[in-house]
Amino acid sequence: MSAIVVRGLRKSYGELEAVRGLDFEIEEGEVFGLLGPNGAGKTTTVEILEGYRKRDAGDVSVLGHDPERPGREFRERIGVVLQQSQLWQNITVREMHTMFAGYYEHPRAVDEVIELVGLESKREARVKTLSGGQKRRLDLGLALVGDPDLVFLDEPTTGFDPAARRAAWEMIRSLRTLGKTVLLTTHYLDEAEQLADRVAVMREGVIVRIGTPRELTTTDLEVEVRFRRGGEDVVITTTEPTRVLYELTSEAVARGEELERIEVRRPTLEDVYLTLTGDDTE
Amino acid sequence: MSLRLFTHQLRSEQLLFWRSKEAALFIFLFPLLLFVLLGSVYTGKIYGVPAPQALLSGLIGYGCANTAFAGLAITLVLRREQAILKRLRATPLPASTYVAAMLVSTLLVFALQTAALFCLGRVLYGTPFPTAIGSLILAVIVGSAAFAALGVATASLIRSGEGSSAVVNFILLPMAFLTGSFGPTRHYPSFLRAIGDVLPLKYFVDLVNAIFLKGHAIWTKPLALAILAAWGLGGLLVAVFKFRWEPREG
Repeated sequence: MSAIVVRGLRKSYGELEAVRGLDFEIEEGEVFGLLGPNGAGKTTTVEILEGYRKRDAGDVSVLGHDPERPGREFRERIGVVLQQSQLWQNITVREMHTMFAGYYEHPRAVDEVIELVGLESKREARVKTLSGGQKRRLDLGLALVGDPDLVFLDEPTTGFDPAARRAAWEMIRSLRTLGKTVLLTTHYLDEAEQLADRVAVMREGVIVRIGTPRELTTTDLEVEVRFRRGGEDVVITTTEPTRVLYELTSEAVARGEELERIEVRRPTLEDVYLTLTGDDTE
Repeated sequence: MSLRLFTHQLRSEQLLFWRSKEAALFIFLFPLLLFVLLGSVYTGKIYGVPAPQALLSGLIGYGCANTAFAGLAITLVLRREQAILKRLRATPLPASTYVAAMLVSTLLVFALQTAALFCLGRVLYGTPFPTAIGSLILAVIVGSAAFAALGVATASLIRSGEGSSAVVNFILLPMAFLTGSFGPTRHYPSFLRAIGDVLPLKYFVDLVNAIFLKGHAIWTKPLALAILAAWGLGGLLVAVFKFRWEPREG
């Protein structure tokens, strides 16, 4: 069953076409990443799915609802972490969770959620005393307290140090074990690679590639074959690495030479990403 | 609207108000403090009653504008610009419940403040308790509603969080001064009194004066009621058309 179906989605702000025809589906229980640089249209897309913005064209179904008419039932089933929101500073972590839990018909136990996001030692601390990473975990806790089926995470780790990012990743992975569907936006490749079952790479309002992180890196991109000859680095880029390797090695064997430091390098997701989102692709 | 959600949100609003020490201090205590200060300066009679009683009446007016207009406007701008309103919209809490809880919470704070003013006046200056209680409660509700509508309207017109407190106080303090909230205006130059005559607070203070100082019923001041209501409706119109839930882009 699909949690989210998007067909031909378009959205403009005046002259600017932020989203120019998107098609994708997200399965129930899937962690789906929208990856792309700033201005690619990720947040616009997510905010349309969350029910914040009206689309100009296309069909959208989120948990069977049209998010343009977000009823109470729809709100009960989604959890949202905005790209930025500062919550009240003077109440405690526990009070904040209790406040949000009260908005839902069937909330999760507040203390359980606080443990899930790793804030149990900060339960009675005021929000203003939390670090940036802890505040982000609070955001996540508030998104989970209603026990949603679908969680939207808009750039959940932007501005984190590496340790805080690893901790956040662990938490997002734990959402999978809870069976939640997750739509995550990020401009970090490693984040998409680490967390997402499937990734859609966005650029200038369209999806330029979609697939599992593995599929994205095993497409028709060129493979590099590197070795040293006569003290110089030689790099051959090819879409037919098998043939190139065969020719190189058979020649070398015939001449009795050794190909020093030979290696075959598959493109990393980063290479794919830079090729797909860079200006030099057209 | 679900009653459970409303009481939950009302309790949350009260927690947020009293927990934020700066707001509670400025909004709740400041009019009380002004009353003590002004009451110890003015002596003799104002409007034919002992000065502290007349001052108390004016400060109920100031308290109303301070709580319902200034407090609400600043709170709303900050919550909007910090994307708190946006975040709340993603929850099942209906907007109508949220707005209702916020208004009732504001009314509650102002009602408490008014009660505190009466008690303080009684203890410090021997001022009487009001006799026309029903009329006073009605006036407090009408005044709070009108100033809350103006507060939401003002919040809708303010663009950024940083300037909100300055803009709001720039409106509030001169208005309070010109409409007799801090003492009678009969010795002011006529152009200042003319400005005061168009401001909504003037008519709320008139209502409270009639009820508290003269013991009249609220119905004896239909014109003041009408002008106050008109200001409130004007504010409501601006609020309905201009209110934004989300921070400015960028």
